[in-house]
Amino acid sequence: MNDTLELVVTRYLPEQDTQPREQSYTVPYGEDMSVLDALNYIKDELDPSLSHRWSCRMAICGSCGVMVNGEPKLSCKTFLRDYRSAGVVRVRALDNLPVERDLIADISGVVEHIAAVKPWLIRHSTAPATEAHTQTPAQMARYHAFSQCINCALCYAACPQFGRNPEFLGPAALTLAQRYNLDSRDEGREERMPWLNAEEGVWSCTFVGYCSEVCPKDVDPASAINRGKVASDINYGVNLFRLLRGKGDV
Amino acid sequence: MNQQTADIVIVGGGGAGLRAAIAAAEANPGLDILLLSKVYPMRSHTVAAEGGCAGVIQPHDSVDAHFDDTVAGGDWLCDQDVVDYFVRHATEENLRLEHWGCPWSRKPDGSINVRAFGGMQIERTWFAADKTGFHILHTLFQTSLQYPAIRRCDEYFCTDLLVEDGHCGGLLAIDMRSGEQTLIAAPAVILATGGAARVYRYNTNGGIVTGDGMALAYRQGVPLRDMEFVQYHPTGLPGSGILITEAARGEGGVLTNRDGYRYLQDYGLGPETALGRPQNKHMELGPRDRLSQAFWHEQRAGRTVATERGDAVYLDLRHLGEQHIQERLPFIRDLARTYVNVDAVREPIPVRPTAHYTMGGIQTDRHTATCLPGLYAVGECASVGLHGANRLGSNSLAELSVFGRLAGEQAADRAAQGHAVNPLVLRQQAEARAAEREALRTANGTERLAVLRDEMAAAMEAGIGIFRTPATMATTAGKIAELKARYQQLGLRDRSHAFNTEWLQAIELGFLLDVAEAMSHAALARRESRGSHQRPEDFPVRDDANFLRHSLAQQQHDDAPVINWQDVVITRSAPGERHYGGKAAGGAGT
Repeated sequence: MNDTLELVVTRYLPEQDTQPREQSYTVPYGEDMSVLDALNYIKDELDPSLSHRWSCRMAICGSCGVMVNGEPKLSCKTFLRDYRSAGVVRVRALDNLPVERDLIADISGVVEHIAAVKPWLIRHSTAPATEAHTQTPAQMARYHAFSQCINCALCYAACPQFGRNPEFLGPAALTLAQRYNLDSRDEGREERMPWLNAEEGVWSCTFVGYCSEVCPKDVDPASAINRGKVASDINYGVNLFRLLRGKGDV
Repeated sequence: MNQQTADIVIVGGGGAGLRAAIAAAEANPGLDILLLSKVYPMRSHTVAAEGGCAGVIQPHDSVDAHFDDTVAGGDWLCDQDVVDYFVRHATEENLRLEHWGCPWSRKPDGSINVRAFGGMQIERTWFAADKTGFHILHTLFQTSLQYPAIRRCDEYFCTDLLVEDGHCGGLLAIDMRSGEQTLIAAPAVILATGGAARVYRYNTNGGIVTGDGMALAYRQGVPLRDMEFVQYHPTGLPGSGILITEAARGEGGVLTNRDGYRYLQDYGLGPETALGRPQNKHMELGPRDRLSQAFWHEQRAGRTVATERGDAVYLDLRHLGEQHIQERLPFIRDLARTYVNVDAVREPIPVRPTAHYTMGGIQTDRHTATCLPGLYAVGECASVGLHGANRLGSNSLAELSVFGRLAGEQAADRAAQGHAVNPLVLRQQAEARAAEREALRTANGTERLAVLRDEMAAAMEAGIGIFRTPATMATTAGKIAELKARYQQLGLRDRSHAFNTEWLQAIELGFLLDVAEAMSHAALARRESRGSHQRPEDFPVRDDANFLRHSLAQQQHDDAPVINWQDVVITRSAPGERHYGGKAAGGAGT
């Protein structure tokens, strides 16, 4: 049929299912129709028991991440037209995260990782409250891309290391640490270094780079983490130097 | 039933709620501050604000000029003491965000840059490219993480306020993960739940923007103020309603009709300004109410463009050039490409007015306190008296910080006084409300949720839109009453507890219907035209003698709300004419 498409959704209701199961739905096809529109159609017209997260439908709130035909995607920014030739669209909750229900993944661990890297501006000196810090466009450009993360967690679904070890801080958290480390107004690099240097920090990343491929906001976490490795190396070198000079304070 | 206590509970984790939480934690680090939201804070709809955040910073600008623009923009329905406070504190809050790391866009020398915005006589809109709300929200969320006093209940859905002996003593919420109902007792509650434009079919709002806090307060006898004033943003994408920021026009974008003509010059906003040289308060930089009304006239006259997604006009950015668009409006370019398949560098973007913002909300005093002791409201869900009959773009983001801080401090004061609530009464009340919620979860009537929601949204679009006639308003008010009755016959199919989003959407629809009721009856009662409330057929002009007053919708049991009136606070700007375009020359409209 020309005007419909099949959506196969992986369902899981913790109160009744012992394991996930697939359920097939037929949705109307439209050139403008996103996977989110299709899910909302199912919820409104076919099966109100389907649960998924969404809000802004303009790829900025980060709620609606799911796996679409095996790839992490924002469902609001993924269109049926791109799956027409495939004939079927398979949707499941984000990989590498526990599933709460249906398409709802538990992102609380990701949010904890984000909080762990002290993602706020750290200043030891206080600037007068009546003045803005000076920051040139060139200085801002150093961290700007890394400040675009919407915390959608697609990169966690893509990251093989996080899949093996959920303690790994992961792409978004490490990127955010770098976002502040590279900000000319920030003085907190030393405080964040233990996190970057730790076993769960940058060195766990094996630079597969899939995180950057799936990022819907072009944040490029892989490059942030690699820059973190350089910083971590320098930090190690500086500390070694201080130690050899007998200055302690490592 | 689970039970918790807190010193302050804040409902909503957007800009206002986060700013309130931080202010309370700074005022008194010993407090137990609970930030509760039906979404993780960074999902809140503040995230979608694009263009900017007002605050006087240029040497040739003044807070008096910002005051004048806001009061005239609001068609003199703003409380001027509130506007005064706002304009005097907006800049310090923007600076505080800067100190917290907000990446405000800069001039080449590294100082803060500002852009032009509609209805503002001087450029004073701070921006972070075209993702200002996103950056403010994430800055506030990340900053909030360093305060041990702030703890969060993410994905908790507030269903009811608990009121005991004339005081707000806490609330009832559903832990969405388990479906379990939770009583949270607290001597101070701040509502920061955002707007309600999801009562409309075409809107710029996220799915979560369902008027929750407004309805929660309204049901406890707190009046909803100025609910007839709903802002249609002039530039949403046809079909979806997705927001295309006013900054696109602030940067020099122009609006044209099917003939390529810049039609705004025909609606008191001319003379036509030179391409790429936008002039404050002229043409595309007129206020939002006027621009949306102009579209309506063009559509009536058959001069809009029929697109596959509905009637539209064109927002043309091409003359700005790729580099400027990419630097200042990258998100807009991305949105247009993704959702209407248009590259703004090469083609004009089709746009149309879409419901955007509720100027009205929960009535508060100028310090964010409602008439219910212990209950505060802030941000879009509140009516503190700032926006009058039409909000100026970029004033609402600044409002979140200025009044969010105030709400946090007020609540901290109240919490320190520790108003004692009777836990037994609170518990009984919570049990009774929880039983009602449970009954809804297992409702087995014949009405379908999606049907009622769509009928409501269509009725609001038809009756409480850009222009309003007595007949269509009355029809809509009747329709909302009918839908409220049918809501009692709702049938839900999902019987589960964990993330039962059908149940939560049903509760949201109940909130939306209450808000729609207040909007439609307030609109009927305001028998004049002012700002975003236009009645060309029966009351085409502003009537200061009778309606220089705020409307107050008071809910009645099983009957239409009563509309009362409250005087506007006028301190130094007597109501005058709103001057834009050529008439604006020489200063503000005072």
